Amino acid sequence: MSENQAAVSAENPQFYLTEDHHPENSTMLGFWIYLMSDCLMFAVLFATYAVLGRNYAAGPSPADLFDLNLVAINTAMLLFSSITYGFAMLRMEKGDQSGTLKWLAITGLFGLAFLGIELYEFHHLILEGATPQRSAFLSAFFTLVGTHGLHVTFGCIWLVTLMVQISKHGLIEANRRRLMCLSMFWHFLDVIWIGVFSLVYLIGVLG
Amino acid sequence: MSSHPHAPEQESAHNTHHAHSHGHDAAHGTFKSYMTGFVLAVILTVIPFWLVMGEVLESKSLTVAIVMGLAAVQIVVHMVYFLHMNTKSEGGWTMLALIFTIIIVVIALTGSLWVMHHLNTNMMPMNPEMMKNMP
Repeated sequence: MSENQAAVSAENPQFYLTEDHHPENSTMLGFWIYLMSDCLMFAVLFATYAVLGRNYAAGPSPADLFDLNLVAINTAMLLFSSITYGFAMLRMEKGDQSGTLKWLAITGLFGLAFLGIELYEFHHLILEGATPQRSAFLSAFFTLVGTHGLHVTFGCIWLVTLMVQISKHGLIEANRRRLMCLSMFWHFLDVIWIGVFSLVYLIGVLG
Repeated sequence: MSSHPHAPEQESAHNTHHAHSHGHDAAHGTFKSYMTGFVLAVILTVIPFWLVMGEVLESKSLTVAIVMGLAAVQIVVHMVYFLHMNTKSEGGWTMLALIFTIIIVVIALTGSLWVMHHLNTNMMPMNPEMMKNMP
């Protein structure tokens, strides 16, 4: 700042910043702040689970309920969907529309597989009588994991919407921006899932 | 924060880059960076699952500590390689928002656990007989 400004101010003093305070296109920053607020919401759900996670009310405990093989498969699905979304972004940068669509479709399939396995798990738990009403632990569990699942559901809907948009209008600037927002959303959900499988499933089964 | 100086020779390169797409440099990775992140994430996922499912360690609390530690490392890996978090994107504002969020998250988590733990330990001691006669 010093040299440029000093040269200018010698003849024509400036009492304001000539540079922008913030980037012209602040969609990414705005979306990031949305993700951070979402993160706070998940933090509260995690805190609730951490407090209530051992109140079984003489009901089943995580070690009785959770099948870690299923959780491992679910984790793999989400991790694969993260890397395939990354590949879609790389194709987008190259301007390769069909490649982008192909990788987005694969990402969507992994997302749907994740949701399918999670719904199967929930169904199984409810059939065993481990419903959200059974104990504080199960209420907190279904709220936390269910909220994450809802986010993935909306991510999938968003993904399909974007695929339609891209096939209709191509990789225009607006679609690139949307893809970048969904990219952040999708990777963010994977970050939340790290907390879920570590705190809820792995440490839950350890007891 | 926004008024960082540009050296004259950098200025032109920076401007052409901006003309293409703003924040472009911050929002993308390369094939190599995605693969590095993926391999690290797989390793950091497999280890905790292996520790718990294989019942490798005798000590339960040590396993819990390792699982939480690896989760924290994996979150950082995802942030850097998948979310392309760095101190420069959007003029540092994303990092500032992240730091603020982390502070609030830590307060919410530790505060909740701390307060509820003390509430539990300070409860009136109760035996099963009293429990049965609860209203």
